[in-house]
Amino acid sequence: MLSKLRLIRPPVSPGTRVLNSWESKNYSDKKNGGGKNNRGKTPPLIQVIKPVKINFSKKNKKIYEPVNIPKKEIIVSESNEYPLKTCPIVAKDEFSTTPNLSTTAQSSGSEKSNGWQNDSKNKQSFRNWSLFGGAIILSGTIYGIYHFDLMKQKKDDNHTTKEKKNAKKIRKLVQIPSLSESIPDNIQYLLIGGGTASFSAFRAIKSADPTARVLVISAEGYLPHMRPPLSKELWYGDDTEMAKSLNFHQWNGTSRSLFYEPEPFYTPVEELTTAKNGGISLARGWKVKSIDVSKKKVKLNDGKEISYDKCLIATGSVPKTLKLYDDASEELKNKFSVFRSISDFEDLWEQLGHIKSIAIIGGGFLGSELAASLANKGKKNGVKIYQIFKENGNMGKVLPKYLSHWTTEKVRNEGVEVVTETEVENCSLENNKQQVNLILSNGKNISVDHVIMAVGAKPNTELAADAGLEVDSKLDGYLVNSELQARTDLYIAGDCACFYDKQLGRRRVEHHDHAVISGRLAGENMAGAAKPYQHQPMFWSDIGPSVGYEAIGIVDSSLTTIGVFAKGNHKDPSILANETDQNTSTNKKEINEELVPKTNEPMSENEYKKGVVFYLKNDVIVGIVLWNLFNRMSIARQVLKSDRCYKDLNEVAKLFNIHGDSS
Amino acid sequence: MSQVIKDGKDTIIFATKEDHQSPSKVILSPPEPSPGLIFPDGSINWNCPCLGGMATGPCGVEFRESFTCFHYSKEEPKGMECREKFTAMWACMDQYPEVYTEGLKDDEEFLNAEEQADKTTKNKETNS
Repeated sequence: MLSKLRLIRPPVSPGTRVLNSWESKNYSDKKNGGGKNNRGKTPPLIQVIKPVKINFSKKNKKIYEPVNIPKKEIIVSESNEYPLKTCPIVAKDEFSTTPNLSTTAQSSGSEKSNGWQNDSKNKQSFRNWSLFGGAIILSGTIYGIYHFDLMKQKKDDNHTTKEKKNAKKIRKLVQIPSLSESIPDNIQYLLIGGGTASFSAFRAIKSADPTARVLVISAEGYLPHMRPPLSKELWYGDDTEMAKSLNFHQWNGTSRSLFYEPEPFYTPVEELTTAKNGGISLARGWKVKSIDVSKKKVKLNDGKEISYDKCLIATGSVPKTLKLYDDASEELKNKFSVFRSISDFEDLWEQLGHIKSIAIIGGGFLGSELAASLANKGKKNGVKIYQIFKENGNMGKVLPKYLSHWTTEKVRNEGVEVVTETEVENCSLENNKQQVNLILSNGKNISVDHVIMAVGAKPNTELAADAGLEVDSKLDGYLVNSELQARTDLYIAGDCACFYDKQLGRRRVEHHDHAVISGRLAGENMAGAAKPYQHQPMFWSDIGPSVGYEAIGIVDSSLTTIGVFAKGNHKDPSILANETDQNTSTNKKEINEELVPKTNEPMSENEYKKGVVFYLKNDVIVGIVLWNLFNRMSIARQVLKSDRCYKDLNEVAKLFNIHGDSS
Repeated sequence: MSQVIKDGKDTIIFATKEDHQSPSKVILSPPEPSPGLIFPDGSINWNCPCLGGMATGPCGVEFRESFTCFHYSKEEPKGMECREKFTAMWACMDQYPEVYTEGLKDDEEFLNAEEQADKTTKNKETNS
């Protein structure tokens, strides 16, 4: 039947292709999963694009090749108001007693296998329907890889690239349409911002309201795209052309574009009002200057006014800079950059071809990922990478000290010179103005060709004051309720939303997955759903080949943590040494911090190979890190949803099957 | 034997495989529902990530009409009455080759697709 349909059928089998495309397009908890083993293909709760992990492990099977993180990262997933809940029954010491040794000879992880059964059931039913969909209508071709003629777009940008090698390029902002007259005067759904949250929102709106007319106003000249691969996957491919065209390999080996949808997906803005079935249009390079919330109107930078029925603010965040940069001369400023956008990626890529040293300031997600990525990329050219930050280990604000130190060792193994507990106090040009001399608080100097500031981001709330919208005084971001609503018909999503999470209190989160989830929720609510924020976002990071983790909830290193790691079969030499040193007659050891050598961590890397870390506030679990352990996020979600007061976290850890296959 | 190490406020447990062999005594709340393309009640989940941009793109409406027709079709073979809708969807998709036809250029795919179509039709019939 319908012979033409057959033509669009996928090459392999319909179901497979659909699944593949689903994997590649969607956000799944299991980002890292399926390399070798496909267990992780449960239908994601979260959809949309998850830039999946890269294949940088082709040569090294052991590697967990995760994905990266949105550069939004600088850990702001804090909450100013932890749940009031406490667990009076839990005695602190219970955690430190020897975990129960089981005497029963049951096979491991039977509880867990229930989880998998559930998963596989879901997966099965999903597969059936995919077959349907695949066979009949869709076809993978449709989903396939997003091919988009980036080159065209890039040409616009690149013509400026060559002008000056040493000075920062001035890019010409793409503005499409070129005249604001082409933009409709009133629109059903207006989305301010063209990032991930906005993308997720328009997809949700169109799903709920098929003939919706959606206008996205984006200050960026690019089509909506995902940011995480910019600091990660894009640096690891061997194919330069691929990276230049902003395509990257996902963990399952397929390649895809950074862009969510190709240009023809979007309805030309001039046709939006008249299109029979509505559509989604982009006004790129345009900026909303102000909002009149009562009149439901916005004003663009050239004075053009647009009325809306429903409006979303998803303006994201902007990278912070250092004060010494702000105060510097233009000449000196040219040696500095931030890293957030495609342009930043392209500039850095181009620079890497002719400079010999880069200092990255910042020890968070972005700084650490970028340090490892650049060290890898720059190896061939002998580019020296420094990473300088004030914490005492990489991701020190997120990971407990021992894991943070361990991670730093891994980053060093990647060839990065990591300078901890140090700040940059001053800087100046030197060597005929070719280099920057950084004067560090540890008394040393470093001379580099370029400096990248990865010191966090600030939510973009510039529309707030004029519109009379409240900004959270502590967490920053537009204050919204748990339906992400700021005012009638006005919603906020993504980095710039400070929302109420009924599980974990008031929060603001700067992560890709949150952008997806909050964008989708806002979109659904704009189309009338009235749903609260319920689904916990996760985030992930990969630092070089041996560190990959996923996390959920409030993950803040100032909290009490209990980490449960798989003990290897072979006794690790450093553990033995440690035991000898510290006289371990019992299983309970107090490690004297002073005895811990700064450069040589007490635990060997093997010991932190795989595990789960619980973050506690008032003895209640508020966050979980899955360390080199993938495809367990749904269990972590369940743990966070449950009572969250546990006497023995080692029992909880059993649910995660930490001795099982990582993926 | 598991080891427990205290590092300030942080506790580290190294658990052996044997320690974790017994099932956990922890009882969790049920997992969040994660519907696929079809909800348990049989209706279509247009927000399914598996659809990618299909239901939202320039031919989203045509796609939805076709798929709805097919999904609820009682004809034998299933979907026979949907020919017009599919034709309309196709006409639409033809206008957006960059969005919809990626991967189609290969003749082998066509052949393969023909074969698969037969199989799938059978599967589908068995399923329904």
